[in-house]
Amino acid sequence: MADTSSSLLDRSRTIASAGYNRWLIPPAALAIHLAIGQAYAFSVFNKPLGSLISGDPANPAPSDWTPTQIGITFSIAIVLLGLSAALFGKWLERVGPRKAMMASALCFGGGFLIASYGISQHNIWLLYFGYGFVGGIGLGIGYISPVSTLIKWFPDRKGVATGMAIMGFGGGAMIASPMSVALMSHFKASAPQGVAPTFIVLGIIYFLFMQFGVWTIRVPADNWAPAGYVPNAEHSALITSGNVSADNAIKTPQFWLLWVVLLTNVTAGIGLLETASPLIQDTFSDKAMGVGNGVTAAAAAGFVGLLSLFNLLGRFFWSSASDKLGRKTTYAIYFGLGILLYALVPTLGHNLQLTFYVIAACVIVSMYGGGFATAPAFLSDLFGKFQVGAIHGRLLTAWSTAGVLGPLIVHQLHDHAKEKGLTGAAAYQNVFYTMAGLLVVGLLADLAITAVNEKYQEKGPVTIEAGGH
Amino acid sequence: MNPKPNSASPVATDAPAGGSVILAWLFVGVPLVWGVSQTFIKALALFK
Repeated sequence: MADTSSSLLDRSRTIASAGYNRWLIPPAALAIHLAIGQAYAFSVFNKPLGSLISGDPANPAPSDWTPTQIGITFSIAIVLLGLSAALFGKWLERVGPRKAMMASALCFGGGFLIASYGISQHNIWLLYFGYGFVGGIGLGIGYISPVSTLIKWFPDRKGVATGMAIMGFGGGAMIASPMSVALMSHFKASAPQGVAPTFIVLGIIYFLFMQFGVWTIRVPADNWAPAGYVPNAEHSALITSGNVSADNAIKTPQFWLLWVVLLTNVTAGIGLLETASPLIQDTFSDKAMGVGNGVTAAAAAGFVGLLSLFNLLGRFFWSSASDKLGRKTTYAIYFGLGILLYALVPTLGHNLQLTFYVIAACVIVSMYGGGFATAPAFLSDLFGKFQVGAIHGRLLTAWSTAGVLGPLIVHQLHDHAKEKGLTGAAAYQNVFYTMAGLLVVGLLADLAITAVNEKYQEKGPVTIEAGGH
Repeated sequence: MNPKPNSASPVATDAPAGGSVILAWLFVGVPLVWGVSQTFIKALALFK
């Protein structure tokens, strides 16, 4: 047996044989995204991590970690997601998805183990390094690892394929949250709040779960195409027949316009998600609705859960719809409808229209998720399949920026409103109007996107060694 | 390197799923459906 395990990870060993069923690729991608989507459920650890010394979340000890200290862990992870996706994108294109997925599994699973040791020692720097830094690199590599492979397998349904995978990132938190709660409850007697052993178990579970993706993923053979597929340009002239490298892509205005599109869509979505629970409780309080009729904390948690569901469904629905509507039109819908809804939500709050308020929020969040899922297919339309994974990685720096910018805008505006004595729906009014304004910027950027100038395209056939496939 | 119909290329099928495809989808589908159901149950509190 001459093969080594490392050679099994090589791109050359992952080329699909004749008759390979391409519908095995989305589950492989989902195995990665469902795992790394855990990041969205990190907040489930906030209270336990903040009471490791006192043992009582309601009465933290002076030496317990503060919510701000704990929150930095997630911020580091999201920033590293964007940075590592940008930095390792070209490497991924060169070595193929299997090696990248394995690297992601090692970093993401290993990050949990390092963080677990940090928690057991009550050393927050090890938590930052493990979950935030190492795990964040796993997030970034994992997020982009299946994207270009999916686009190559599904040139006829790019939106459907990438929507399925990126839907997994939204669904990962839904699995992680109840699973983490159950594990912490199980281990509570053996460790403070049961957090450290929970991290060990999660690290192992996620590493093993991701192995399914690692060993199932295949790349199509050169010049492979689905039976009966004819490349088309029925939606617009935006769909290129050429290929642009990642290095050239960032020299084009189209890349940066799409960067602004993603930045504004994500920032606006975070504006709602970040405040969802206090927002609905403050707007529809007992004071506004009458004693006993206000939205309770449990109902607010239900609202957050409902938004998560629409975030997940939106990723698949809108991305799939973009195959029919075209990417530019789909983003124009996100922004056009989004502007209307963001502008309408404060009025619905003032008028105590709870049902319509919830519906509007769900549609907004579905388009937030859709924005993530439609981006890879849009990139493929504009720049070709050659290095679309690497280009996608660089685009994700917009997400990292929005991850910092969104909460900052929301908290600044809300704090300012409270300082002026505003309460209820009025305290959030400027947040929504500002987000509507951001979406106007996004809409203008989307409308400005035109076909990429041919001078940026690769001359002659592109090769695997050059970073494509 | 645009994909073109090429009879010389290996052909992946869109044929009805074989056992491996069903198992693969179950492997990721079962935890996803479980997570979605847990979230849905939580979301029901909003309508009570």
